[in-house]
Amino acid sequence: MTTPDHEDVRVAVRKLCEKFPGEYWRALDRDRAYPQEFVAALTESGFLAALIPEDFGGAGLKLSAAAAILEEIHRAGGNGGACHAQMYMMGTLLRHGSDAQKQRYLPQIAAGSVRLQAFGVTEPTSGTDTTSIRTFAARDGDSYVVNGQKVWTSRAEHSDLMLLLARTTPPEQVAKRGDGLSVFILDMRTAVGLTIRPIRTMMNHATTEVFFDNTRIPSENLIGEEGRGLRYILSGMNAERILIAAECVGDAKWLIDKATTYARDRVVFGRPIGQNQGIQFPIARAYANVRAAELMVREACRLFEAGENCGAEANMAKMLAADASNEAANVCLQTHGGFGFAEDFDVERKFRETRLYQVAPISTNLILAYLAEHVLGLPRSY
Amino acid sequence: MKILVPVKRVVDYNVKVRVKSDGTGVETNGVKMSMNPFDEIAVEEAVRLKEKGIATEIVAVSLGIPACAETIRTALAMGADRGILVETDVELQPLAVAKLLAAIAAKEQPGLMILGKQAIDDDMSATGQMLAAFLGWPQGTFASQLTFADGGITVKREVDGGMETVALSLPAVITTDLRLNEPRYASLPNIMKARKKPIETLKPADLGVDPTPRLKVLKVVEPAKRKAGVKVADVAELVMKLRTEAKVI
Repeated sequence: MTTPDHEDVRVAVRKLCEKFPGEYWRALDRDRAYPQEFVAALTESGFLAALIPEDFGGAGLKLSAAAAILEEIHRAGGNGGACHAQMYMMGTLLRHGSDAQKQRYLPQIAAGSVRLQAFGVTEPTSGTDTTSIRTFAARDGDSYVVNGQKVWTSRAEHSDLMLLLARTTPPEQVAKRGDGLSVFILDMRTAVGLTIRPIRTMMNHATTEVFFDNTRIPSENLIGEEGRGLRYILSGMNAERILIAAECVGDAKWLIDKATTYARDRVVFGRPIGQNQGIQFPIARAYANVRAAELMVREACRLFEAGENCGAEANMAKMLAADASNEAANVCLQTHGGFGFAEDFDVERKFRETRLYQVAPISTNLILAYLAEHVLGLPRSY
Repeated sequence: MKILVPVKRVVDYNVKVRVKSDGTGVETNGVKMSMNPFDEIAVEEAVRLKEKGIATEIVAVSLGIPACAETIRTALAMGADRGILVETDVELQPLAVAKLLAAIAAKEQPGLMILGKQAIDDDMSATGQMLAAFLGWPQGTFASQLTFADGGITVKREVDGGMETVALSLPAVITTDLRLNEPRYASLPNIMKARKKPIETLKPADLGVDPTPRLKVLKVVEPAKRKAGVKVADVAELVMKLRTEAKVI
């Protein structure tokens, strides 16, 4: 039997999320704490192994199933940001790793005994200009010695392995800027010279800065060929964008539900506030926008699953869905009036959480620049 | 032993139910639907009995529109082995459901039927009792604990004012109370397995049952809105108001 919308998977995720209500997320938010119990439940139930092939102990499902899982988590008022990378980060290993690397890591990642959910790419001096990163991995015998610094490395404290992008050839010695970068699997459990510092942010998102001081990585942990790392990383970006777009769709639906329920129940001046067009129209517009974004997420999933180029659609899905969730958050907060600012309503928390996706994993401006240059054929602007 | 577990598709318990504007029922269009929570407890109990080696096969049954297959699928993902969907557009009332289930029981010959004590949509709490009567089987309703011994079953039941323990011979009908167990949620591997489990589709006519409703719903209305309360300064004022205004003491 095929279920195109993965309704059976959605039902089970909803059920799981019922055990983690608003109070749970609120308490974590207050303490900036990691949702250990929630991540453990998702892991034990096999949801984080959805995309890992059955041969390696996963469910072997398509991207749309992972999108459905993450959408439902957010739809239930939760947040998949603590563990969504465990679902897709292994994609780089799966597509470009050696058989030995896959055999060694994928079954453990599928079982959840090893977590691969930290991605060391961004640096303080490079931002989205990835080719200008400075962290350098110098070959020394049968290992590489890494020196440098990463920032906004999410979940580094809650991951066993890190996927690390570093320069292996200085930029002046390569023909193209994108060459000379390599990807490694860094085992943070045994790494020496590694310092991780958490960064407190406006929402509860376990992000960090990471310092490498002569950190050695065995050369067998190099993924694919030396110098071709950027390509390997880029091939995983579309999946990431589509899945985060699905989370935004979930956020937006939760926020619209919340706004609608409040507008229907809250009586002021002798009638429900939702009877006023000034209240109901913004909610209706936010709803229309999220449905449109949802269609783009589906289209991006369809292309991705068909093995076609989905760069434009994945980017557009992420932008439209993040815009829709941001709009829904704003409308929901406005609908609630003063109560929206009270922590007990969870609205202000979602408002802060979903704001992130205007910026991460790629900022809206860079998406527009991509569309202008690569889809519309306009001159490169940056 | 084979266990039959009926599962009903109802408006999710988290949804604030709205009455249709024409008063014919409650709004189900675009509303989140789920398995009746008491039926989930029934499925969970059956799965636990299978894990203990007491049950050998679990059959999940649902009656109604084609979408009820989703509810069966949820039961299959929790651990039921196969499903039976009796498809009909007719609005089903407890009497018709009991007759249909009795007909399925005659066909399947289960050793035990575990039902939810009531469905959270109409709160009738009638089907299990009617079913036991049709089958001529003993019934242990509102069960909060089941113990199997000597080919029979001991049921601890929640009754007004306390607990009652009854001993039943098998086959029997059990209806579940809230405290019988805490249902599991399905794991992804089990959802994948459930996609391959069979669901047989029947019509009421195949079972020789006429499901036409015997009861007519005249009108559905929302409960009266709760009035705002009043604050009292002290116990003396409270007692005074209870006596003079509420007239309850």
